Amino acid sequence: MSASMNSKLFAGQDERAPARRWQQLLQHPLLRPVAALAVLLLIDLFLIPGFFRIELKDGHLYGSVIDIFNRAAPLMLAALGMTLVIATRGIDISVGAVVAIAGTVAAMLIGGTVVMHNGVPEYASNMPMGWALAAALGAALLCGVWNGLLVAGLGLQPIIATLILMVAGRGLAQLLTDGQIITVYYQPFFFLGGGYLLGLPFSLFIVAAMFVLLAVLMRKTALGLFIQAVGINPVAARLAGIRTAALILFVYVFCSLCAGMAGLMISSNIKSADANNAGLLLELDAILAVTLGGTSLAGGKFSLVGSVVGALIIQALTYTIYSLGVPPEVNMVVKSVVVFLVCLSQSPEFRRLSSSLVKS
Amino acid sequence: MTISYSSCAIAWRAILARPYFTSLVTVVLLLLMFGLGSFAYTGFFSLQVVCNLLIDNAFLLVIAIGMTFVILSGGIDLSVGSVLALTTMVSAYLLQVWHWPALSVMVVVLLLGAAFGAFMGMLIHFFKLQPFIVTLAGMFLARGLCYLISINSITIDNLLYVAMSQTRISVASAFVSPSVVIALLMLALAIYLAHYTRFGRAVYAIGGNEHSALLMGLPVGRTKIAIYAFSSSCAALAGILFSFYMLSGYGLHAQGTELDAIAAVVIGGTLLTGGYGYVAGTLTGVLILGVIQTLIAFDGTLSSWWTKIVIGALLFIFCLAQRLMSLGAERAGNMPGNTPAETSKVQATARSAA
Repeated sequence: MSASMNSKLFAGQDERAPARRWQQLLQHPLLRPVAALAVLLLIDLFLIPGFFRIELKDGHLYGSVIDIFNRAAPLMLAALGMTLVIATRGIDISVGAVVAIAGTVAAMLIGGTVVMHNGVPEYASNMPMGWALAAALGAALLCGVWNGLLVAGLGLQPIIATLILMVAGRGLAQLLTDGQIITVYYQPFFFLGGGYLLGLPFSLFIVAAMFVLLAVLMRKTALGLFIQAVGINPVAARLAGIRTAALILFVYVFCSLCAGMAGLMISSNIKSADANNAGLLLELDAILAVTLGGTSLAGGKFSLVGSVVGALIIQALTYTIYSLGVPPEVNMVVKSVVVFLVCLSQSPEFRRLSSSLVKS
Repeated sequence: MTISYSSCAIAWRAILARPYFTSLVTVVLLLLMFGLGSFAYTGFFSLQVVCNLLIDNAFLLVIAIGMTFVILSGGIDLSVGSVLALTTMVSAYLLQVWHWPALSVMVVVLLLGAAFGAFMGMLIHFFKLQPFIVTLAGMFLARGLCYLISINSITIDNLLYVAMSQTRISVASAFVSPSVVIALLMLALAIYLAHYTRFGRAVYAIGGNEHSALLMGLPVGRTKIAIYAFSSSCAALAGILFSFYMLSGYGLHAQGTELDAIAAVVIGGTLLTGGYGYVAGTLTGVLILGVIQTLIAFDGTLSSWWTKIVIGALLFIFCLAQRLMSLGAERAGNMPGNTPAETSKVQATARSAA
C-alpha cells in the first residue's frame, strides 16, 4: 500500500520534474543576459552576411565572432574586477584613469629607440619589457591600494573615493607624458594586444587565465562567500568575524590590477599611450557589463560569467551597429535604451507591475 | 590660565560643531588662494578677475546648484553634462534650421530638460532603480541624441543669443555678462527653495533618512521626481547659458562637466551621503575650481593637467576633513548632521537583513 503510494508519489514527481527543471532554468539569473546575447547574435546572423564564418589565414582564425571576442577583451577584464567591487556594494569609477596610467607607464618605459643590429636598424626597448610591464602593473596596484585605503580605511563613499583618482589620475598620466601621445615602436609589446597564440588572439588567453583564477578563488576558497557576506550586510559580516576592511582593500586592488592589464592591452593594441583618451568611459562600460550580467548594484550575489557575457553583449551591440551601417553615434542611444530595459527587468517593482498588467 | 585654556577649547569645539564649519573653511580657503594669486602675479588682484571667474563659470554654477539638491537628497545625477550638450544642440537646431523665435526655444528647451529629469526621477522612484545607473543611462541617451541631431557643431547667429553673449553689464570698475546675473538669480532662488520652503525641508529629510521621511508623511516620491526634474532643468538652463557663451551647439560640449559639478558640490561642504550641506557652499566650490584654473592660466608655465591634479587633491583633502570631523563628532558624543543618519541607515539595513 505504502509502497504503491510511494511509487505513485515518485511517478508524480517524475512527471513534474521536467516542468520544475524548466522553471528553474527560467529563473536562472544567467538566463536573461545569455538570451540577450543570443538575440543579438541571431539578428547578426540574419542581417550580416557571413557573420559566423571563421577563416584560417596564416594560422590565425579570422571572423566577426573572433573579432568581437578580441575587442571585448579589455572590457571583460575590467568587468571582472568591477564585479567583485560591486559585489561588496562598492563602485570603482577610476578604471579609465588607471587604464591611462598603466598604459602610459608601460609605453614610457618601453618606448623604442632605434639600435643598429648587424647593420640593420631595429627597435629596442628602453627597459627589459618584463620590468616595464611589472612597473605598469605596480602603478595600477598602487592606484588600487589608494582607492582601497580611502574606502576601507577612511570609510569614504566608494563613488567619491574613486572619483578623486578618476579626476587626478588622467592628470598624473598627462604629467608623466607631458601631455604628449607616446608611440611605442618595440615589436614584442604588440603581441599583448594584437598577437595570436594557437590561432586565437593572445588577449583572450589573458582574460581566460584571469577568469579561471577568479573562479577558483571564488568557488574553492571562502573568499567568494565573504565578499557576498560583506555585500549583503557589511555590519553583520564584520560582527560575524570577517575582516571586512582587508577584504574591501583586496577587491579594489584587484579591480585596479584588472584595469591595469586592460590598459596594457589597449596601449599595445593602439601601439601608443594616450593619457587623455585611453580607456575613456571604460569604467561606465564595465559597470554596464556587470549590471547586464545580472549582478545587482546593491551588492551581494554576483556572477563572473554574467559579467563576461555582459561585456560580450556590449561589444556585439557595437559591432552590430557598426556593420549595419547605422551611424556609430546611434550606438549611445541604443546602449542607453538597453540599460534602461535591463535595469527595469531587474526591478521587482517593475516585474510586479508587468505581471499584474498581463493578468488583467 | 587653565580656565582661559579650557574656555578656549570649548569655544573651539563650539565652532567645530557648528553646521556651517566646513563651508567656513571653504570660504577661508578661497580667500587664501585668491590672496596667494594676488601676491604672486601682477594684475591678479582686480575686480575684473573676480567677474571673469563668474563669467567663465556661470554655467557650472547653475549645474552645480541642481546637483546640490540631488546630492542633498542622497542621490547623484551623472546626466547633467550631456543634458547641457543636448540643450545647446536642440536650441541651435531649432534656431538655425527651424528658425523658431529665441524665447520660445528657451522655454521649450527648459521644459524638455524638466521632462527628461522627471522621467529619470520616476524610474528611480517607482522602480527603485539606483540613481547612479539610471542617470548614467540618461547620460548616454542625451549624448547620443545630440549626435542624432547632427555630428557637427552648429553655429548660432540668432540676434538675441549674440546680444546676450556680447552685452556687458558694468559693476563698479568691471563688467559681467548677463549669464552671471541669471546664474546668481538662480542661486538666490535655490537658497530660498532649500532653506525656506517645504520642498527644501523634504529634500534634507529624504537625504537624512528616506525611510523616516516616508514615515513622517513627507511626499517622498513627488519630491524625488521634482529633485531630478529640477536638476535637469538646471542643466538645461546651463545649456542656454553655455550657448550664449560659445554661440554654438555641439555634441562634444561640456564633457566631464558632471564631475566638475560633483567636485564643486563636495568642496562646497555638502556631504555625499545626503542630508547635510548648504546651497551657498556650492558657489564657493565653483569659485575655488575657477580660481585654480585662473591661477594656472596666470602662471603660464603650468600645464592644464595640473588643474585635474589639484582638483583631485582638493577633493581628497575635503573628503578627509569631512570624514575626520564626523568621526570626531561621533566620539565626542554630539552628532551633528550626517552621523545620526548614517547610524540609523546602518541600523535600518541591519534590521531589513534580519
